[in-house]
Amino acid sequence: MLNTSLSHFLVLGALLFAVSIVGIFLNRKNLIVLLMAIELMLLAVNTNFIAFSHYMNDVSGQIFVFFILTVAAAESAIGLAILIVLFRNLRTINVDDLGSLKG
Amino acid sequence: MVSNMQNLYLLVPLAPLLGAIVAGLFGKVIGRTWTHRFTILMVGVSFVASVLIFQDVKAGNIFNGTVYQWITAGDTSIEVGFMIDQLTVMMMLVVTFVSLMVHIYTIGYMSEDKGYQRFFSYISLFTFSMLMLVMANNFMQLFFGWEAVGLVSYLLIGFWYDRPTAIYANLKAFLVNRVGDFGFLLGIALVLMIFGTLDYKAVFDAAGSQVGVLAPIPGISVDTLTAICILLFIGAMGKSAQFPLHVWLPDSMEGPTPISALIHAATMVTAGIFMVARMSPLFELSDTALAFVMVIGAITALFMGFLGIIQNDIKRVVAYSTLSQLGYMTVALGASAYSVAVFHLMTHAFFKALLFLAAGSVIIGMHHVQDIRQMGGLRKYMPITWITSLIGSLALIGTPFLSGFYSKDSIIEAVAASHLGWATSVGYFAVVAGVFITAFYSFRMYFLVFHGEERFGKDDHAAHEAPKAAAHHDAHHGDDHAHEYHGLAPGQKPHETPWVVWLPLVVLAIPSLLIGYFTIEPMLFGSYFNGAIVINHEIHPAMTELKHEFHGAAAMAIHALTTLPFWLAVGGVVTAWYFYLVNPAIPAFIKRKFSFIDTILENKYYFDRFNDWFFAGGARGTSRFLWKFGDVKLIDGFFVNGSANMVGKFSGVLRRIQTGYIYHYAFAMIIGVFVLLTIRTWLKEIMGFKALLGF
Amino acid sequence: MAMNLQTVMFYLLSVLTIFAALRVITSRNPVHAALYLVLVFFSTAGIWMLLEAEFLALTLVLVYVGAVMVLFLFVVMMLDINLERLRVGFWKWFPFAAVLAVILLAEMVLVLGSSKTAGTNVNVAKHAANYSNTKELGRLIYTDYIYAFELAAVLLLVAIVAAIALTLRQRTGTKHQVQAEQVLVKRNDRVRLVSVKSVPGTENK
Repeated sequence: MLNTSLSHFLVLGALLFAVSIVGIFLNRKNLIVLLMAIELMLLAVNTNFIAFSHYMNDVSGQIFVFFILTVAAAESAIGLAILIVLFRNLRTINVDDLGSLKG
Repeated sequence: MVSNMQNLYLLVPLAPLLGAIVAGLFGKVIGRTWTHRFTILMVGVSFVASVLIFQDVKAGNIFNGTVYQWITAGDTSIEVGFMIDQLTVMMMLVVTFVSLMVHIYTIGYMSEDKGYQRFFSYISLFTFSMLMLVMANNFMQLFFGWEAVGLVSYLLIGFWYDRPTAIYANLKAFLVNRVGDFGFLLGIALVLMIFGTLDYKAVFDAAGSQVGVLAPIPGISVDTLTAICILLFIGAMGKSAQFPLHVWLPDSMEGPTPISALIHAATMVTAGIFMVARMSPLFELSDTALAFVMVIGAITALFMGFLGIIQNDIKRVVAYSTLSQLGYMTVALGASAYSVAVFHLMTHAFFKALLFLAAGSVIIGMHHVQDIRQMGGLRKYMPITWITSLIGSLALIGTPFLSGFYSKDSIIEAVAASHLGWATSVGYFAVVAGVFITAFYSFRMYFLVFHGEERFGKDDHAAHEAPKAAAHHDAHHGDDHAHEYHGLAPGQKPHETPWVVWLPLVVLAIPSLLIGYFTIEPMLFGSYFNGAIVINHEIHPAMTELKHEFHGAAAMAIHALTTLPFWLAVGGVVTAWYFYLVNPAIPAFIKRKFSFIDTILENKYYFDRFNDWFFAGGARGTSRFLWKFGDVKLIDGFFVNGSANMVGKFSGVLRRIQTGYIYHYAFAMIIGVFVLLTIRTWLKEIMGFKALLGF
Repeated sequence: MAMNLQTVMFYLLSVLTIFAALRVITSRNPVHAALYLVLVFFSTAGIWMLLEAEFLALTLVLVYVGAVMVLFLFVVMMLDINLERLRVGFWKWFPFAAVLAVILLAEMVLVLGSSKTAGTNVNVAKHAANYSNTKELGRLIYTDYIYAFELAAVLLLVAIVAAIALTLRQRTGTKHQVQAEQVLVKRNDRVRLVSVKSVPGTENK
């Protein structure tokens, strides 16, 4: 416990991941916070990658994070765009109101 | 010469078959006259051919060969073949002769029926089937003929198919026959299993090797040969209407009288007797089977005679008489006197056919009244019918010198000489007592119809009264009761029937008189049946004792005047005369006093009631159960609809997973990840668990 | 306690991260949630610094906080959100989620934290003094992973196009020039010669 080892960082990543899962369960109706929880999940994964990259002396982990960041950014941009269009039409971001296709 | 004979053999069954086909398919086209001409020609040809074959066989030429091989399966082959020996040719003669007589008779009897051509087709078809049966040289062909005659009998009993009683009767005949056929088929199967072949000769030659061998039937310890013989005899019980499978014969009187004469007196019902005689090499090797045969025959002979006493429908009296006489033949078979049985078969064919045809003549003369209580004094108006009926009745009761006497007396003596223990006692008692009964009911009918007070034409509604013994009127030849009037109008007298009707009567009366006298010696004691019928004379000495006692036909007749059966017959005639001509109050009195017995007799020992309740009702009940529960509830409800319902319910439950809520789907994904992770983490432990549980 | 600075920093930053993350998911106000998320990113950037991933840490701040979170904040503030309805039944699934998360966490910790997991017992090699994280990254990206890099660029392009295509509105009723149509104008579209009948009595004498 004295010197940080890989396990520490991995546990941190796991913790963040768990938090975000709970976040999905709790914020199931609020689309924006849902997107934020997804960001948290991605962050946890990134942390894992960086930790592995550091402790295994391999820079490839960081390359991977690089790309994950890219994708995450693109994804949140588009997600928010959809949200806006949705809001324009329905005036709500409540998931419960997205029921017009429901059988 | 041989191939000529072979052609002749083929001609005998095939000619009537051709007649049947032409009459059946083209009857409407060629018209009535040509139909009957053609079919009678064909049966005539068959008869002539049979006579020629008879000459040939008497000269010593016996034939046993295959005509056509039908199926070969491994070692067994099923063939169509003929065995022409003395027994066969005798049957062929009887069948073709009586069939010819009936064909001629039908011209007159069915002249107004709209199914005229169909009838001729059927009786020719019957002739073909019966000939195939008697000429067979293997069990399969025998069975084919057996079934075919059963089928044609069904068709003919239900000839007037729009009458519900006729349909009931023909179905009853077929079903009861089926019961017998089931035993028969089991017997044939057993033969095939034990001997590996269905050919008569092969089986008879190998029969000796099976003596004392137990049948390979699990759970039952019985001799093979006994089992085979009894099973085969069960078939005979069905076909020849022995107790308890006799119930169909009285009902078969629903059919037209010509077929009652042909099928249910002379030929089809004798198929069973013929079959047992043919299987004599097998039956000789099983005393148990012979005892069984004798007892069944005895019961039939006596108890059916009792029923004949109270019948009021003229055809029914003759029907019960037939049943009783079949019992006599069966008893003779049981006594190992096969030739006597077959001899009685032949004489009986003639006088019974005569009696049936005469009854038909009376019915025509009475304008379709069949109740003998409404007849009487007919001898003045229908002389030919009267004389021939008298001859027939005298022959039936065993008047010395007439044909029936020789055969019946031989049976009685044969039974006395058989050594089958208690079966012999039962048999002897039955056949002797039966003589009195036979004489009584025969002459009751004779007196009530031809003598005494004229009871016809009294009341036209009397024709409609349906007596308890279910006297049915012949239908008006098919047309639907256009004239409600049966019977004779007051003042109208019956008159003799046309020549096509009384000619066969005369022709049949001749052998009824004479054939016994002339043929008893060669048939029973001569070498006529050598080789055809096998008897083990040490154990079953009936024939040898008979031969010992026989001193010629005339001597036998004269000697009879001192024996019990003769006086019993005389007693029966006298009693009938007294009861029905002199003092008719006596039978009425007896009926009242012994009403209990009378009820039992009227209900035919409750056999019909029992069969209807138990078998028919049981079958209906079982079917209803199988339908309601098995089919509707179990298969439809549970398996078919039930499985569909299960699927529906299951999917109804599964459906709830698809809620339409996004977060539910997200949860599902998360849970999926979780499960996968868990499995991956704990995989070893899970594998350990499975091994523990034994997967 | 020979806990070195790194360990202390690690624990501090971790606690901050977890706390902020928890607040993200439980905040009532989405703006607060967004701001807490910013805090999460910052502290995570600090952790990545500890892991000697400087370039990425800064990228995290620049890109994520600077762009993505700003975007989030824009959207949150732009939309008129009815918060009450969103909070209905908020805690309903919490027990289930908590159990699930705890078990998930336990499993992950068991696997990742155990000494059997590769890499947990290694000692990290110390870098040379002139070690440049950026340079190392660049060395790999532009050589080994060039293809992925280009793809990422295309992905971003697609994202831009998609975002614009989704949200672009044509406003109707405004006047604007369409040059293409202007150039294609014909004489007949603009000028129409009319012959006007003069009124009788008004000729020019």
